[in-house]
Amino acid sequence: MPPIPRLPIRRAAIAVFLASALATPLLAQSEERQDPNIAARQNLMQLQAYNLGVLGGMAQGRMAYDAEMAATAASNLVHLTRLNTDRMWAEGTDNAAVEGTRALPAIWADMEGFAARGAALTAAAEAMEAAAGVDLATLQGAIGGLGGACSGCHQNFRQAD
Amino acid sequence: MRKLAATALALALVGAAGFWLMTRPAALAPETLAVLAAHDADAEAGELVFWAAGCAGCHTAPGLEVTAPVEERLHLSGGQEFATPFGTFTAPNISMDPEQGIGGWSLPEFARAVTLGVSPAGQHYYPAFPFTSYARATPEDIADLWAFWQSLPADATPTRAHDVGFPFTLRRGLGLWKLLNYNADFVAPARDDPQYTRGRYLVEALGHCAECHTPRDVAGGLDQAEWLTGAPNPAGDGRIPALPPEGWSGEDIAAYLQSGFTPEFDVAGGTMAEVIANLSRISAEDRAAIAAYLVTFRSSPNR
Repeated sequence: MPPIPRLPIRRAAIAVFLASALATPLLAQSEERQDPNIAARQNLMQLQAYNLGVLGGMAQGRMAYDAEMAATAASNLVHLTRLNTDRMWAEGTDNAAVEGTRALPAIWADMEGFAARGAALTAAAEAMEAAAGVDLATLQGAIGGLGGACSGCHQNFRQAD
Repeated sequence: MRKLAATALALALVGAAGFWLMTRPAALAPETLAVLAAHDADAEAGELVFWAAGCAGCHTAPGLEVTAPVEERLHLSGGQEFATPFGTFTAPNISMDPEQGIGGWSLPEFARAVTLGVSPAGQHYYPAFPFTSYARATPEDIADLWAFWQSLPADATPTRAHDVGFPFTLRRGLGLWKLLNYNADFVAPARDDPQYTRGRYLVEALGHCAECHTPRDVAGGLDQAEWLTGAPNPAGDGRIPALPPEGWSGEDIAAYLQSGFTPEFDVAGGTMAEVIANLSRISAEDRAAIAAYLVTFRSSPNR
């Protein structure tokens, strides 16, 4: 049995050490580390906006319609809305309790209603998935429902700016 | 001494008479009444006035969601509460119910209420009702709106009283507030540009955008020197942003008012989601006009 080559592992360790040394000042800049639950759900929102941007951009005529690109974005959205996010909505991570979030305590006061909005978003994303690749007019027919599902939750569960 | 008392009494009487005269609820001008009577009201045009003016935003039942079917947005049973530094106001029932709503009103009574903030019984309304903006609406639009109103459903939900403390319970005193704050002139200057002019009308009159996007003074009047520069959120934490939002083009604004999508594809929430549920039902030209007006504030020293 040949000896396990040691060098690559040492190199990897050095790389990790260097990366963390470089990242430390960046982390130190933010006085407190962001709650990972809040970071996770904000990143999820970013991913949703990223894909919604393709569909919205085409619907608004700011981007040329491309059936394949639209279908991919819609399919991504469906996957994103189906993620189980229960753990991200940890107790004590509302905007009355901590900085850096716009999640209203109303979410925790009405978890059932909040979950229903999530289910409505998945349904709207699925409707978009069926529509996006057909043609531009069909995509445009589904965009209102999708945006409405976003607003339907933001209306009562997210703090205005 | 007796002479002094008599003088004091006389002064008090003059003061009371002055207060009474100064706080008298206004009546519609004869010219306005004439236009209301002569105008051939168009209910279809009135529906667009209804959505531009956002009546449903405050007067639908509490908890109505932006995704609700449009029929529910026409159900003006009232009941939403608005907390302010002066007390909590509850939007009244303004459905077509003749008892609990306004179904028994005449067009001049409706126009007086909306543009002058005076009830048919001659009482001042509180400026939680944005009559200081609607003051700029044309009588023709008010007549069209009233024609549309006739098609709206009746609802027998009783109107609840406002919860305000003394001295704000004395509505007559609102006459003084109106002396300070009621001004039907447009705020932004006139321009020789029909799209801008239409936008100015939609923003400053029907849309009443400034009611939230402009800060208020201690008496609750809009600070016109800070027009659309943003304000504390009356309904909770945070701020209502300045207009136009930084970096947004006119096209961005129009697209947002139609879809709720920001240029980054965040989606509107809070009370603005409600506003978009109304403004998404006006014409694309009118949304573009609103944008054309708002972008003229880009060079303001405030942003």
